[in-house]
Amino acid sequence: MKTAAQPWQAVIGLEIHAQLSTASKLFSGAATAYGADPNTQASLVDCAIPGTLPVPNREAVRKAIQFGLAIDATIARHSVFARKNYFYPDLPKGYQISQYELPVVGAGRLSVRVDDGRTIEVLIQRAHLEEDAGKSVHDAFHAETGIDLNRAGTPLLEIVSAPVMHSAAEAVAYMRTVHTLVRWLGICDGNMQEGSFRCDCNVSVRRSGDTQLGTRTEIKNVNSFRFVEKAIEYEIERQIRALENGDSIVQETRLYDPTRHQTRPMRSKETADDYRYFPDPDLPPLTIAEADIARERTALPELPQARRVRYVTELGLPEADADQLCSDRATADYFEAVLAALPGQAKLCANWVLGEVAAKINEAVIEISAAPVTADGLAQLLTRLREGSISGKIAKDVFAAMWNGEGDADAIIQARGLKQISDTGALAAAIDAVLAEYAGQVADYRNGNEKLLQFFVGQTMKRTRGQANPQQLNELLKQKLAGN
Amino acid sequence: MNPVSIASISAELAAQRVSALELTDQALARAEHAAALNSFIRLDADAARGAARSIDAMRANGSDLQPLAGIPFAHKDIFCTRGIATTCGSRMLQNFVPPYDAHVVERLAQAGAVSIGKTNMDEFAMGSSNESSAYGAAANPWDHTRVPGGSSGGSAAAVAAGIVPFATGTDTGGSVRQPAAFCGITGLKPTYGRVSRYGMIAYASSLDCAGVLARSAADCAVVLDAIAGFDARDATSVERPGERTAAALSQPLAGLRIGVAREYFSGGVQADVADRVHAALRELQRCGATLVDIGLPNAHHAIAAYYVIAPAEASSNLARYDGVRYGHRAAQARSLDELYSLSRAEGFGAEVQRRILVGTYALSAGYYDAYYLRAQKVRRLIAEDFATAFAGVDLIAGPTAPTTAFRIGEKSGDALAMYAADVNTVAVNLAGLPAISVPAGFADDGLPVGLQLIAPAFAEARLLNAAHQLQQATDWHLQVPAGTP
Repeated sequence: MKTAAQPWQAVIGLEIHAQLSTASKLFSGAATAYGADPNTQASLVDCAIPGTLPVPNREAVRKAIQFGLAIDATIARHSVFARKNYFYPDLPKGYQISQYELPVVGAGRLSVRVDDGRTIEVLIQRAHLEEDAGKSVHDAFHAETGIDLNRAGTPLLEIVSAPVMHSAAEAVAYMRTVHTLVRWLGICDGNMQEGSFRCDCNVSVRRSGDTQLGTRTEIKNVNSFRFVEKAIEYEIERQIRALENGDSIVQETRLYDPTRHQTRPMRSKETADDYRYFPDPDLPPLTIAEADIARERTALPELPQARRVRYVTELGLPEADADQLCSDRATADYFEAVLAALPGQAKLCANWVLGEVAAKINEAVIEISAAPVTADGLAQLLTRLREGSISGKIAKDVFAAMWNGEGDADAIIQARGLKQISDTGALAAAIDAVLAEYAGQVADYRNGNEKLLQFFVGQTMKRTRGQANPQQLNELLKQKLAGN
Repeated sequence: MNPVSIASISAELAAQRVSALELTDQALARAEHAAALNSFIRLDADAARGAARSIDAMRANGSDLQPLAGIPFAHKDIFCTRGIATTCGSRMLQNFVPPYDAHVVERLAQAGAVSIGKTNMDEFAMGSSNESSAYGAAANPWDHTRVPGGSSGGSAAAVAAGIVPFATGTDTGGSVRQPAAFCGITGLKPTYGRVSRYGMIAYASSLDCAGVLARSAADCAVVLDAIAGFDARDATSVERPGERTAAALSQPLAGLRIGVAREYFSGGVQADVADRVHAALRELQRCGATLVDIGLPNAHHAIAAYYVIAPAEASSNLARYDGVRYGHRAAQARSLDELYSLSRAEGFGAEVQRRILVGTYALSAGYYDAYYLRAQKVRRLIAEDFATAFAGVDLIAGPTAPTTAFRIGEKSGDALAMYAADVNTVAVNLAGLPAISVPAGFADDGLPVGLQLIAPAFAEARLLNAAHQLQQATDWHLQVPAGTP
């Protein structure tokens, strides 16, 4: 009896290129800053002037070690730089210095939370150091191509996952986790528009239960989470459709077209270059002392995964809050700095950091480190809120004023006279005045129209310019209206 | 006493019996006079005179000057010189003017030596005869119908002809030692890593080594001391502070064990060349050294390993000459592929193209293991041979080259015959060791013969001392071609 075909299973592996945030290039002293005038950050080495030689940047090596330790990988005591040979105008030496057989970071793993709440373990096969190429500029000169070598030689860490992900959602979750981690470690700025963090997606499909991998395609240079998701979704569907139509998959490199949300072939592997990798004879094997590894291990910060667990188990935060706070080390550190001033108020602090602060940051499109309201400033505001000096609503107004640079919380509360009126005498006087002014409504209320209570609350708030302690106001009003 | 030693010229300068300018003018005049040798690709008379004048002025002011101050010399045209065209013997770099000085250029300028120009060489240092130069073959001062050897042929000829007391060279597979032997002068190849390669245009990076061509071992020592030392710009440069060779040349040879490698006397070695080398070894024996018969069992694999590894590295090192940023650019290219293929076909000569093709093949998928990887294994075996031998001896000796200088054109059509000329020199590069070629008299054809001495890594002082002691006892190195001033 013929059984029905098993459902399709996608198999995805990612090669992530993270630009290491070093001041100078991987093999030259030239600066790595983005956006400089063309060829102003290209040294003789970057231009491959005859006779020049590469010298490894130890800072880039340190950052690679940090990444390796953070994914629990083996750091190679001896790794080898290799040349990848091919001709291209923006590749000045005619080869790229990379690592091939012996990478600096060996196999490691990363725990990844997927949107549907599952946690998957992603095996990272290796991470290696390599230099970036320059850029071809096609629109600056009529009928000619310009070459900008500012990017040539910029250090990259290529992070290669095993083909262990099975959906676009898993792949994106993994990519986000790596993105968070490299920024958390401070080894990459993660800026995807500037190309500091980009990825190649290897995609294949097979019938569930098959042990052999299907023929894969590689989607090159995708530089946003959304594009990765769309590109992989499209590619899975395309491959399944092809196989169901009886076609076969061609192993090839494809490009993602973000306007059409499609992938299309770039070049076939059959005609692909033979890169003729061999150990770079200009560079002795990269040697890393055990002591250097130990030093980096000691200096490693608490990692996002560990911190997330601590927020849930020790601080009692909901998982969603912990996830969000730990999506970025600066945010988590900001949260902890606020919390330090308000022990036991984790949820309040989380609400404010993920609420008011996050909203303002998103609106201004800035990093939390650049927020005009510091963690100390927010802590002062939340302290006043907790004391009952101001209401929640006033607190939000004060926060807005702080954001606009009007001063710290106390100064704004003072200047605007926003201190909550909790003094029964003052509040009673205000209520009396309102009740006297609206004698008709008072009569209605007393005749059973209790909905008017909110009207009196509003009027009293207006009279006190919002400073009345709402709870006290409610109680006092009810007493007064009851005729006491 | 050698009348033309650097030490004696230095003494004349110090005593102000001669000026740097006079020496420079003399060297330039001799170079013009010996133009038929084609030993120079360019002379820089104005720059040389300027440098000489400033040394003379410093001396007049009583400045403390180094031994090389005011001594004229020449650079092989493989060393980048700021503002001065550096062709590497190639049409590809005919108009290449480096924006910087090589480490060796800087060091010799700091020492006050006066460069009068750039010497002829095999294109990209690929050759053993100087015939692959895009600027024409150079001639051997002993017989103008003969090659001076290569690739540092112009440097060797310029020193042998008495134009300059010394010249820089590079040695990837014998390119300093073999021309020194052919021209009857002394040529030193230091330990790999001893002298920075920064600014030395690459042929085969793991083998390339800056060296010195001079009249004597003592002169080589003075120049080595000026150019050696750690340089952070070359990742293969080695830190060995405080080592001076020139001051350590008066050690007696009693107790020195010299291994005579039987493989170096086998095969195609000319009988009279072998005789002269044995005679030189007997001189060393008279100086107190002990001769020990030794074997280097993998020596005969050296040529095969070298001619895989060197072209493989060259195929990658020379990829940068693509017509995009500098160097020759084809005028007729209609596409990117044509820009590459035409620029490189027009810019590179036949031997360079041959080695690029061989090297590309050796690194290709499917061939890498059989060629490149296997050659690396042989390289390791060769290094182990030396290590084993040096457990029992202090130096290893043999003929530098199997023959005397051959005729111009004699081997230029036969690449394999040409490669065989390197049979005794390439193993030293594969192992990264220091070696020297010193004159050992003349073969039956009247042409110079070279004795090669090889030392363990960083034992240049021992090597130069042995060569110096030999030269104290003999006068082969003092012989000059007829007509030499």
